[in-house]
Amino acid sequence: MENKANIQDDSQLTVEQAIANLQGEDLGLRVYAAWWLGRFRVDAPEAIDVLIAALEDEDDRTNAGGYPLRRNAARALGKLGEKRAVPALVRALECSDFYVREAAAQSLEMLGDSSCIGRLIELLNNQIPGTLPAPEPPQLAQPFDAIIEALGTLGAIDAIPVIEQFLDHFIPRIQFAAARAMYQLSSEEVCDQYGDRLIQALGNDDLQLRRAVLSDLGAIGYLPAAEAIAETLAENSLKLISLKGLLEKQLQQATPPDLSPGAIKVMQLMDALL
Amino acid sequence: MADYLNTLIRAVEDADSSLLLQEAVKNLAASGLEGAIPTLIASLSYNNPGAAVAAVDGLIKIGEPAVPALLELLDLHNYTARSWAIRALAGIGDPRGLVTLLGAATADFALSVRRAAARGLGMMKWHWFPDDLLEIAQAEAMEALLFVAQEDDEWVVRYSAVVGLQFLADAVAVTYPEWRSQIESQLEQIAVKDDSWAVRARILMAQQNLKVPTATVQPQTDDRPSPLSSMDWQKIMEGLYGRKGQERQTFAEGDPRRYRELAVAIAQHPDD
Repeated sequence: MENKANIQDDSQLTVEQAIANLQGEDLGLRVYAAWWLGRFRVDAPEAIDVLIAALEDEDDRTNAGGYPLRRNAARALGKLGEKRAVPALVRALECSDFYVREAAAQSLEMLGDSSCIGRLIELLNNQIPGTLPAPEPPQLAQPFDAIIEALGTLGAIDAIPVIEQFLDHFIPRIQFAAARAMYQLSSEEVCDQYGDRLIQALGNDDLQLRRAVLSDLGAIGYLPAAEAIAETLAENSLKLISLKGLLEKQLQQATPPDLSPGAIKVMQLMDALL
Repeated sequence: MADYLNTLIRAVEDADSSLLLQEAVKNLAASGLEGAIPTLIASLSYNNPGAAVAAVDGLIKIGEPAVPALLELLDLHNYTARSWAIRALAGIGDPRGLVTLLGAATADFALSVRRAAARGLGMMKWHWFPDDLLEIAQAEAMEALLFVAQEDDEWVVRYSAVVGLQFLADAVAVTYPEWRSQIESQLEQIAVKDDSWAVRARILMAQQNLKVPTATVQPQTDDRPSPLSSMDWQKIMEGLYGRKGQERQTFAEGDPRRYRELAVAIAQHPDD
């Protein structure tokens, strides 16, 4: 649930002010301005320029050596849909800060530019020197789930052999990311086994994991999961978003005003969750 | 039966983990017994979403006997409990919840509440309404739903308003066929400009259902007579009239609000 009062307060920042703040002295205001530009989808060329520049920031460091401003800038650039940011985000994949690499991988996924695939595969193989692991346990070497999800979305068929190895990763979240990507990358004859893995994962005892799987199933629009999504124990809001993903996939496969039986079935399930 | 109910209630009271509580509320809700109402209502305030969902389902199953307790809960300051109560009222479709749902669908800050209220507005137990009140009630519901379907920021709330409009269009098909056409033409316009595929698809489904006469059946078709007293109707009418009064302040003079006079007429003849 969005807090409308806060959003209204935030709106008082103007585009010019945010861009100025991002280049200003106050580190707190810089981080906030980067977030703000992404949140309000400010895709003015100057905004893109300052955000790209912020990916190289050296002023703002955490005690553990992280780069808070770079993280926010990388996240914002994904939301702004400007492919000009791709080379800078690819460079950010080399950043020592785990969370900068995670944000960069997620944003590259959103920008949908396949030129970064080679570098993402290298990162997945942990072949980029100077990248430090996550600061907290289990201290993953790389943000594997974000990288795998990006490769899946970008259609990186070359990555199949390496992604396959993550299907049995000890962290369930990463297994699901791998199943989701394998579904997207595999041929129609074999991909359903990966969708079915995700259906099974909806039975997981951990609510947090069920929520993650709902999002994965929505992302791939896996129709056979419809009933399982409607019945899993999680918030209706999340089930509805997941089913919306299935519905959109169905709509892509039919010409309006035709509705496929799948689309109708999904909407009937959605109606009951309102 | 009483022992069975007591066992179920005690299980809710004794639950010492959130999972056990969910399970216990679910079992109690499944009983559908009126004696479960106070415990189910209390479960809406426990800040346990799983238990609250189960309690809402149970209260909807019990139906109108649960309405007075739900309305009482609406007066309290616990916002979470309030929002669950509104969801239950939306599911029951009891006319006593109408004015609350009108306000919730158009102005609540929680999208889950607007969503539930919008659907509920389309599925009121319209057959309980006396004729003179039915017209203004349905007009208000239509106006609110058209507003929500066009103006809400959240796709899922607009989606829900489309569902509500589909059921409302069916409900008014016989009494006010021109309203039905109005809903249909508005849906057509919304479908052109809404940027959510899901909303547009739901409009398509509504249009297809509305093409077939009586394709959509009210989900709770029960022929039980209205349990509402003349006092209840008086309150509902005053609530509707109050809404009109607020609008009068915000809408410009000369606004063609054809129901204003009717509301006044009803207010002057409360014994109808």
